[in-house]
Amino acid sequence: MKWLIDLFSSTLGRKVLMALTGLFLILFLAVHLAGNLQLLKHDGGRAFNVYAEFMSTNPLIQVISKGNFFFILLHAGVSLGLTIRNRKARGSVGYAVTSGKSSIWSSRNMGILGTVILVFIVIHLKDFWAQMHWGGIETVMYDGKEYRDLSKLVAYWFHVGWYVALYCFCMIAIGFHLWHGFISAFQTLGLNHPKYNPLIHFVGKAFAIVVPALFAWIPLAMYFNI
Amino acid sequence: MKITLKVWRQKSKDAKGEFKTYQHDHVSSDMSFLEMMDVLNTQLIKKGEDPIHFDHDCREGICGMCSMYINGQPHGPLQTTTCQLHMRTFKDGETITVEPWRAQAFPVIKDLVVDRSAFDRIQQAGGYVNVNTGGVPDANVIPISKKIADEAFDAAACIGCGACVAACKNASAMLFVSAKVSQFALLPQGHAERKERVEKMVEQMDTEGFGSCTNTRACEAECPKAISVANIARMNREYFSAMVSSYEVKVGGGE
Ligand code: HEM
Ligand code: SF4
Ligand code: FES
Repeated sequence: MKWLIDLFSSTLGRKVLMALTGLFLILFLAVHLAGNLQLLKHDGGRAFNVYAEFMSTNPLIQVISKGNFFFILLHAGVSLGLTIRNRKARGSVGYAVTSGKSSIWSSRNMGILGTVILVFIVIHLKDFWAQMHWGGIETVMYDGKEYRDLSKLVAYWFHVGWYVALYCFCMIAIGFHLWHGFISAFQTLGLNHPKYNPLIHFVGKAFAIVVPALFAWIPLAMYFNI
Repeated sequence: MKITLKVWRQKSKDAKGEFKTYQHDHVSSDMSFLEMMDVLNTQLIKKGEDPIHFDHDCREGICGMCSMYINGQPHGPLQTTTCQLHMRTFKDGETITVEPWRAQAFPVIKDLVVDRSAFDRIQQAGGYVNVNTGGVPDANVIPISKKIADEAFDAAACIGCGACVAACKNASAMLFVSAKVSQFALLPQGHAERKERVEKMVEQMDTEGFGSCTNTRACEAECPKAISVANIARMNREYFSAMVSSYEVKVGGGE
């Protein structure tokens, strides 16, 4: 067993945890987006509510959801440990002059971007997830069956100006986090090969733009009644 | 040319350092950066002052000694060693800030001189191939494809200068260590000790207190020998496959 402890206490092993949890969160974002896009249907929120009911009751989804919480905490926890180590590695005296020429901005600010995302996740859970599970959420009837009306709650928040602005800001943070993170995760896992690099780079950058943009589009569309 | 130099001066390892400003009015644009420093030091010696200490040896870009962090970049604005950097790269009247490599694992000894023996200890932990001495083997008994040989050679071009550590916001030594792991991992001669080597070298790298890699790729952009971060990905593969499949070797490179 000692080898397992050695592996995951090494800097390389801890980065693997970052990469694997990061990639899982990327998958999660894609699924989450597919669900959210149903809010754009002009059906009084029915499709979205049916989907939300399924996601919050299906036993398999519940297990994955617990895993998702765990992975977010693991991702943030490991990144905190590594970031502290990396700060210390510079030594007690830092540079007086530094130049940003040799790396991209997002790669140097993953910690700040991640912190913004974490704060967003907490707000997001409080306003939607906690309401869905424990709040006094209103219900609607479709075909004689009762559903919690999450779409109404979403519509409420997505008509609050500052909330929409905050939401969009956080999507930009996710976009920058992924601009570096998606490609970085493959490099961390050792998946760097001239035959596949162009594909990884293309998909990574496209994902980092398209997914946060679509997420942000939903509140914008609802706010401006498009 | 006339330039103003802001140089880090520090008497000894534990002394508190500070920047000192020097006006340098006798600079030729054809001088190398080190020659410019030599002229300045001659002036300081004539005045009876302590000259600025800096590391240098070959002055032809192959030894890796000339560590200087110039205007926010290791070895200055070009992707070369400091000895290969010429004053024509700078503007007349420019202020140039010169600092030592900053890393916990590279303590400052004096002025711009840092102790890079952490790199030696990483090498000693596994960066070699054990051979039995005996007759010289015939050439070409072990066939190696040209592409693999080239790739191993590219990794072996690392001169251990430490610019990767200096450039990295995390003071990570991954580019150096991965070059040293790769040059053997690619070749059949290195295969016998392949797993043990990467385990021990990574262990030693962590023990020395270098940071972890966040793939910013600043190292690759600053490395005077253009070592590729593809080596870092290779080391990651080598390390994970070694850790999950090797017999338990004692990984205690530190003692
Ligand atoms: C939806 C949420 C998130 C996704 C999809 C995500 C994705 C990723 C990915 C793919 C990486 C690259 C891993 C690697 O370089 O191997 C990464 C790195 C990182 N993430 Fe996240 N992340 C998310 C949330 C967070 C949060 C909440 C934090 C922190 C509080 C955070 C902090 C970091 C840091 C500091 C790194 C760089 C770590 C390193 O390279 O050593 N992330 N993230
Ligand atoms: S990898 Fe490049 S920058 Fe790092 S020590 Fe080797 S030659 Fe210097
Ligand atoms: S003095 Fe040898 S590389 Fe610069």
